[in-house]
Formats: sequence, structure tokens, C-alpha cells
Amino acid sequence: MPGLTMAETNPFLYPGSAQRYDELLERDGSIRAHWRPLIEHLSSGGADTVRRCVDMTRRLIIENGVTYNVYADPQGRDRPWQLDPLPLLIDHREWRELEAGVTQRAQLLNALLADLYGPQKLIADGVVPAELAFGHPNFLWAAHGIRPPGGTWLHLYAADLARAPDGRWWVLSDRTQTPSGPGYALENRAIIARVLPGLVNRLGTRPLTGFFHTLRQSLTRLADDGSPPLVVVLTPGPFNETYFEHAYLARQLGLPLVLGQDLTVRDDSVFLKTLSGLRRVHAILRRLDDDFCDPLELRAGSALGVPGLLGAVRAGRVVIANALGSGVLESAAWLGFLPGAARVLLGESLRLPSVATWWCGEKPALEYAIAHLDRLVVKPTFPNQKFEPRFGRDLGEEDVAALIVRLRSRPYAYVAQERVSLSQAPTWRAGAGVRLAPRTLTMRVYAVATPGGYEVMPGGLARIAAEGVVDIVSSQRGGGSKDVWVLSDPAAPAVKPAIAAPQRYLRHDDLPSQLVENLYWLGRYSERCEDKARLLRATLAMRTNAAIWHSGREQCVRYGVLAADGDPVEGVYDDALEFGLTADLGRLGWCATQSRSRLSAEHWRSISVMQRQFHDAGATLADPLESLDRLLVSLTALCGFALDDMTQDDGWRLLMLGRRLERIQFLSGLIAARLNSGEPLPQGELEWLLDVGGVSITYRTRYVATPQLAPVLQLLIFEPTSPRALAFQWRVLGDTLATLAESLHAPPAEQLEDPMAKLAAIGTAGIEDEGKLGAERRGLLSAALTALAEAAGRHSDRLALRHFSLVDVDLHAVAS
Amino acid sequence: MSAVHYAVRHETLYRYRRDVVHAHQQLHLTPRNSERQHCVLHRIDITPQPAVAAEYVDAFGNWVTRVELDRPHRRLQVVAEMDVRLDALPEFDFKRAESWERVREQLCYSARERDAEWLEAMRFRGESPYVHIKGVFGDYARDCLIPKASVPTVCAALMAKMRRDFTYAPGATEIATPLLQVLANRAGVCQDFAHLMIACLRSAGLSARYVSGYLRTHGPGPASASEDDEDDEDDDADEPRSRDTAAVTAGAGNGEHPDKGEAQGEGIVPPLRGADASHAWVAVFAPPFGWIGFDPTNNVIANQDHVALAWGRDFGDVSPLRGVILGGGSHRLTVRVAVRRIDDPA
Repeated sequence: MPGLTMAETNPFLYPGSAQRYDELLERDGSIRAHWRPLIEHLSSGGADTVRRCVDMTRRLIIENGVTYNVYADPQGRDRPWQLDPLPLLIDHREWRELEAGVTQRAQLLNALLADLYGPQKLIADGVVPAELAFGHPNFLWAAHGIRPPGGTWLHLYAADLARAPDGRWWVLSDRTQTPSGPGYALENRAIIARVLPGLVNRLGTRPLTGFFHTLRQSLTRLADDGSPPLVVVLTPGPFNETYFEHAYLARQLGLPLVLGQDLTVRDDSVFLKTLSGLRRVHAILRRLDDDFCDPLELRAGSALGVPGLLGAVRAGRVVIANALGSGVLESAAWLGFLPGAARVLLGESLRLPSVATWWCGEKPALEYAIAHLDRLVVKPTFPNQKFEPRFGRDLGEEDVAALIVRLRSRPYAYVAQERVSLSQAPTWRAGAGVRLAPRTLTMRVYAVATPGGYEVMPGGLARIAAEGVVDIVSSQRGGGSKDVWVLSDPAAPAVKPAIAAPQRYLRHDDLPSQLVENLYWLGRYSERCEDKARLLRATLAMRTNAAIWHSGREQCVRYGVLAADGDPVEGVYDDALEFGLTADLGRLGWCATQSRSRLSAEHWRSISVMQRQFHDAGATLADPLESLDRLLVSLTALCGFALDDMTQDDGWRLLMLGRRLERIQFLSGLIAARLNSGEPLPQGELEWLLDVGGVSITYRTRYVATPQLAPVLQLLIFEPTSPRALAFQWRVLGDTLATLAESLHAPPAEQLEDPMAKLAAIGTAGIEDEGKLGAERRGLLSAALTALAEAAGRHSDRLALRHFSLVDVDLHAVAS
Repeated sequence: MSAVHYAVRHETLYRYRRDVVHAHQQLHLTPRNSERQHCVLHRIDITPQPAVAAEYVDAFGNWVTRVELDRPHRRLQVVAEMDVRLDALPEFDFKRAESWERVREQLCYSARERDAEWLEAMRFRGESPYVHIKGVFGDYARDCLIPKASVPTVCAALMAKMRRDFTYAPGATEIATPLLQVLANRAGVCQDFAHLMIACLRSAGLSARYVSGYLRTHGPGPASASEDDEDDEDDDADEPRSRDTAAVTAGAGNGEHPDKGEAQGEGIVPPLRGADASHAWVAVFAPPFGWIGFDPTNNVIANQDHVALAWGRDFGDVSPLRGVILGGGSHRLTVRVAVRRIDDPA
């Protein structure tokens, strides 16, 4: 592959477009100056480099679990996020202008919100139509008259921009409610920085992290009492299309990710239900839509919100970003009124133009729209209308007539917009021949409120069309994304990012009890999957030994990992078994998703890789022993993550408690069942038991002999130094419970009778006896083991009562 | 006609199957004052004693009481009592009001300054959570939208049409029943009729408010009392309904007449529909007369029989009592309203 000097001769490139602005190419087809270093670097590496980059991007996305949920997608809840490895480059001069435009716009929209939720002077003066505010489902009368602290309604703002053929950027729409995507922008950068190492710095790309620091600062500064401010990220939950981002943002910002039910309002203050009780919340970065936030005053049926939240806002006791009701500005109809509003509110003219828009509620606009339908797109004014945008050009005569009737009958509900010719940018296609192909794009840019005005994120989220060059781009429609690199001015002195004094944002006792519960179950399911995988593997390994196979299979059926009949190989992968391995791995994944804000990227990745591998093995019915081996390696790694990769706070303690209780219940239950059979255990079965217990090697190194029942039980039950033994687990369980109680300033758990002491008293004496005595001794031990399993179960119930009962989902709306 | 004076008692009783651990309640139970209506006295008693109670005025000018209960309870009783004086509606000639087309036109955006009265009207012209604007509502009202007719004329025609077409059927609907279904089934209660009339008027481009309040029962002895028992789906077996209801009826004395039928028996005028519970009607913006109340349930103009509590865009803005409770299980709701005329005890 030749190095690139002349654009025309470069086999990577595509011909430019006469109708569109091309981000990469000048009109004459040569490469724009600020793109040159990137393209030169890539073309010098050749096709292999490109292929490697594309593959690596895809792999990192899957392994990092970056998803975008599409509600209507029959494929399931999560779909991998799409990211093109080639960034969009923006030159520093151009960025300066964009930045000024976005800043001004954020300021204007905030002032407009202040008016709509205050004096409504712009409506009275006829600057903006009453219909736009009062008819908008996100205009909350309940929030009228509330002035938020600092006069800030809009904390985080996003503008969707498009570039016209003449090179100017235009605003397509404004995001004022809960602008999504900044987390994706950050994750995109993290991935691309790994795919194109070195280039990010070499090109002088401005970093994004400062923006998130500012966001956190701006939320914490408004706390009104002396206590350290607690800010939470409020999510509608894992079914939301951008849940990945909620978890990611929370982790990046170091803020707890909470559901509505984690919060409660008492005496007009908001509290987080934490492991150690209620903790006052000072600010909420919400990802929940306006009318879902408070079932007491807003949408009554919303189980996602926090009853009484508006009351707390009204009392000035909590800051909500963005303010409740800020979604009212999300309508294309405002676009035409913003220049007038800017003159009145700011005394300025708009720096960034909006796409030409006619709100049909004005008679001349309606007539214009009807006369020029062929070059306009008609959109709904309000987001709750069931009306898909229609391009006049694409409509037949009848449809046009029907559309005109519609427009005339309710003109204020429609907006006509000029069609925009989006710009195009190069994307990588690693198909048959590796080459660049143009795709149309839009760019989302973010701004955050600070005491000194709005600050714009130097970067953003570019979204590209799924196929070819079209004028609609949407993640819901399956488009992809690009990282946006804002290049710094090479002439300007390098600005060292200010290193803020490290600050502790998250106290250990800020753990939402909901999250803690999920960590606990993550621990239990990790261990449960491990136990079940061992049971299956040990049993399948004994298939040739009819007697052992029979009793082993019986246990597998008892634990739900095999069906009573049917092929055992298929059974291992059977996803219809309610308690099968596949189902439990799914539960493990669910708990991990729920507690994702607490897991490191590697931890999360190993879980998703493990699930994928087992699923793939099932699809090909791979040798079960082999895939169980591999699964056990991954599950053991999870245990390693739990021990070495997590902050050892109370959340972690609950996770470990989950693991230990699970193990105790499983192992004691299993041994108890086998001892209770009356017959002495055959030797093969002892080997099987050692294998299930994960101590075959230990046994062999220690006893160098064929297994005998007494030493086997010694190792599985009583050995104080073996982490696999029940005695060890029971002791550590007690220690952890004590530490937890101390950490939470809770009274220590009252002493239960110690089932371990009882076991020890019985011991293994006479256990191998083949006569009546042996059967009796085994029966005694079996009963004591069952008691141990039950004691573990009681501990679990008590934990749930003590630490999880704060979260009660038993909320009802009543009205009369 | 001279002013009339009412004493209203509105009791709401929730009985829960299990403890309610924590609750937020929001009350619209304080009558608002207007040109014709004057609240002389009012009080709200809540049992058990709330941990927090506060009052404020909402965006529509209604008094709201917010209450928080933080002790476990199985019973919540809210009693609102008020003395209200109502002046008579001034005599006016419907035909002198502005035509509906002109009002519709004037309510639209026109890039010029608007006075407070019109700005107020614009608040009640758009969609709201319980009232959607749809072609079918406009179609239903079509033959009432007589060209050049005044707004009150249109409303009177619409109200009369609804009275002819619809059956008053308590229990046929609930709060969540969509208006389209009410329209299709031709049945509902006062709340449905008010919503439907509002939907028709707004779909025609006019402004209409939802008014929550009370209605005086006609007939001798200015009294009425009844109850509205609303059962939860899984009523418990250990709390038989009949016994429970009986107990409440027996305790409903207060010197009032518990039996509606009896009142009707002596009737000079049949009782108005919806007098046994809280009532709802519609107020329409009809310049130059301002807002005029129309009661589609009874096909009458709201005058001295209608005591207004609160108004908003729809029921959701002014529910007399609205709450979110933690726990409680199933519940049973009893509402009793008594409207007693006290200026003329004859």
C-alpha cells in the first residue's frame, strides 16, 4: 500500500459530493489540512491496520458491554452500540465559533425556561406562542412559579447540529430534558484511544474528562447545608434505551446510580435509602422524563418516580438537573421563535442558525408550508403526537391532500421544516476491499452550566447514517456513531488540564440498598453457577460408571441443572430449565447489569465474555466437559475480581456474604443428601464428591491414597485452612457479619446456636462402619449438615430483612 | 335572587388491608373564592395526625394541602368542612356573547400583546393529560357549532345533546377510562361528562376548565348524604363488605338525611345527578362575560347549586385527594358528601 501524497491516487478515498459538504475532502477532492496526519498514518499501515482497527473496535464494544436498547427490537433488550473507528475531526478555529454559538444558545434556552416557568412575559408580549408551551406535554404547571437555586433550569444541554453544503453548522434540534449521549461520547473516546494509540495526542485532541469534572462540580456546589453534598444519578432502569450510559456516567462521575424506589421524600427533603439508613440527597442528575418524576403530582401511574419530589423542589431542598419541566423546549416549533426571544432576553442575535422552520399555528406559515410541501418535511409539534415526519416530496397526490386536511384542522400541532442536506464524512468499510465510504452525519454537542456561564464539551457524539448518504440519522433506526476530535490550536500554548484536589465524592455509606441487594445476589449467583458447573462436570465425567452416573444425575436433577430425562449433553445447555446453568448465568448477568456502576470494566467484560462463550458452546453443542472447564476458569476469575478488584466496603461485604452463604448451603445440602442414603458410599462416589467440592487435588497431595470417607469429609467439612471447607466458610462468614455490623454501627447479630460446633461434636468417628452403627453415624452427620444449610438460609433471610427491607416497591397511587 | 349559604361536609375514608407505612397525600379540599363565591369558614381534619402538613396555592390559584403520614396506619380519614356563600349569576343574554368562531380566532397566537384575561384563557385551550384533542370529539360537537352562534349558545346545545345521548351510570367507568371509550359507550359519570365536554370544546378551538366541587340536592330539607363505596379487586374475606358498609351508614348521622330515596319521595324537584359525592362540571371562556359554568351531567348552567372547590385543565390538576402510599395492600374507599343550605332553614 503506497503512502498518501495525492488524494486522487489514494485507493482509500471516495469521490467527493457536489451536493454535500464533505468533512474530509475539499471541493477539489484534496484532503483538508487538519485530516492529513490521520489519513497519512492510516494509509501507511495498509489494509491490515484498518481491519485490525475495525475488529478491535467491535470487540471492545462487545466486551465493554456498550449497548443501546431499542424498545421495539425483537432481538432482545440490548444491541451493541455501533462505533466507527475513524473519528470526526474538527479544526480549532471552527470549533471556537461553534462553542460560542452553543454557549449562547444554552444561555438563551435557560432564560426562556425562566420566563415560561415564571412571569411568562414572552407569551404576554406575543414573542412566543402560548400554544407551544401550554400544549406541550412536558410543560408542567406544577413546576410553575418555582425558581431553582442559582436560577439554573438547564444544567446539561445538547444541540444536534448538521453542516449545510456551504460549510456552516445549523442547529437541527435542542435537547433540554435529559440530554443523552455524553457517556457514550466518553466511552467512544476510551475505545478509539485504544484502537488508534498515540494519534489522539499526536493530533492535539482536546480531552473530554474536564467536562465531566465540571458537571460534577456544578451539581455539588448547590448543596444548601454544611454536610458533604450527595448527588445521585436517577435512572428509569435497565430497560431504558440508554441504561448503559446511565451506569457508565454514574461510574465516571463517581455518583451512586439509583432507581426511583431508592429515594424517598420526608418533610420536603429527598433521602437515599442506604445500607446504613436514610441519607439526604442534595442534587439529582436525572435520566427520567419530566412527567415520570413524581407520581404524587405528575403522572400518577409512574412507578419510576419519587413521590413528593416536586414538593422538595418547591421547598428548594433539592437540585434537579435538568429542572422538572425543561423538556418543554424539545419541539422543532420553537426554532422559528428563538431569534426573537434572543433579542428580547439577551439583546443579541443568534450566532448559530436553526434549520428553517415554520410553525403552522401562524396562518402565513401554514399557507407557506402548504404551498411548498414538496421541499419541506412535516413534523409533529409535540412529542406525544403519533405522527411520523413526512417528506412532502415522497408523498403521492392523495397523501398530500390528506396531509393538508390534517394541517388545516389542527395547524398548531405541526411544523414544516426545510430539508437539510447533511454533510458526509468518511467511514471505514472493511468489506471485500478495504476503503473509505462516505456516510451522512449529525453531531451532538454538550454544554454544562457553571457559575461563570455555560461550558461546552470539546468533542461530542457524531451519529452516522446506517447506509449511504441519506438525510435522516438516528440510533433508533440503526445508525452508528463516531468519536469527535476537537483539535487544539497548535499555535496556542498547551493548556495543562487543571488537576483538581482529589475529593471524595462517594462515601461508603452512600450505597443504595437496592445496589447492595444486587451485589449480594451477584455473589450468590456467581457461586451458584460455579457449584452447579462443578456438579455437572464431575457427574458427566462419571458417565461410564453406571452406579455413580445414576446417583450423580439424581443430584443434578435435584439441583435443576439436568432434566429427569433426555440427552445429558443437550441438557447442560438447555435454556428451558428454570434452574439450569444457562438460566442461572442469565441471572448472574442481570445482577451484574444492575450493579454495573460498581464493577470495573474488566470485571464486567469477563462476565459478558463468559456468557457469550457458554452461549456459543451451547449453539454448537460443544463437548460439555470442555466448555464446563472453560466456564469454571471464568467463574474462578470472577472470584478473583471480587477479591482483588473491588473496594472492600459494605457493598463488597454483602457480595462476599452472598458467595459464602451460597457455598455453605450447596455443599452441606449435597453431602447431607448423599450421607443419608443408608449405604456406605462407594469409592467412585467419593471421587465424585471430591470433584464437586473442588478438592480432588488437595486430597491427592495430602493423602496420596484412594479416597476414604472419613478423610474426604474431614477435607470437605472440617478442614480449618481450606477455603473450600464448610468450617472455613462458616468462620469467615461470622467474621464478615461482625465487620458489617460494626461498620453500620448496628448491634451484632444475636448468637444463633452454632451448627458448626454440633457438626464438630459428631465428627467422623465410626462413619465408615458398614453396619448399623455406621448408618446411624452418617444419619447424625447428615442431619447436622442439614441444620447448617438451614442456618445459612436463616442468615440470608435476616440479611434481607435488615439491609434490603428499606427498599419497598409496594407503592400505590390513590385518588378520590 | 339573593345569596345562598351552604355548609358542606366532605368525608373521605380509606381503610387498608395492611399497614400503610408511609404516605404522601395532596388535597384540593379548600374552596376557592371568586367574584360570586365567598368561603366564610373552612377546616380540614385529618386522622391520624399527619407528620407534616402545609398549604400553598397552585399555578391555577387553588389552595392545596400537602400531607405526609409517617406512622403506620390502616385508616385515613379526611374531613373537609366549609361554609360558602354564593351570589346569583347576573342576568345576561347569551346571544350578546362573542361568537365561537371569533373566540377561537382570538385564542390563537398572533404575535401581539395579550391581556391577562386572554392569557388565562389560553391555559385551558390545549391538550392535558386526561383530555386529548381529537377529530372525533370535534365531530361529536359539530352540529352544536352553529355558525356565528355565541359561545354559551354552543355550550348549551352541546350540553343538551350530551344529556340526550349519554346515560349517567355510576360504576360504568373509572378514573383511567379513556374518553374515547366514554364516547363510544355513551355512559359515564360527572367526571367523564365534564372531560368529554371539555374535549369537544377544546377540539373546536375554545377554552374550557374542569371544575371540581359540590352540588346541592334539591328537595325539601336541604340535606343529602350518601356514599361511594369503591372496592379494591381483591377484597379480603375476613372483612365482609356488607357489615362494614352498614357500620358506616349507621354512623353517618350528623342530623342529616341518609336516604336519598326518601328525599326524592317528598320531592318537589328531582335531585340532581352527582349530588351524592363530589361533583365536576365545566367552565367555558365566553367573553365578554368571562367564565360560565356548564354542568353536562345535569344539563344546567352552574349557578347557585354549584359550589366550586378548585379548577384546572382536568381532573388530574384538582383531584380532591390524591396520594402515593407505601404498603397498605388492598383498600376500601368511602366518600360521603353533605351539602346543607344554612341561610334558609325552612
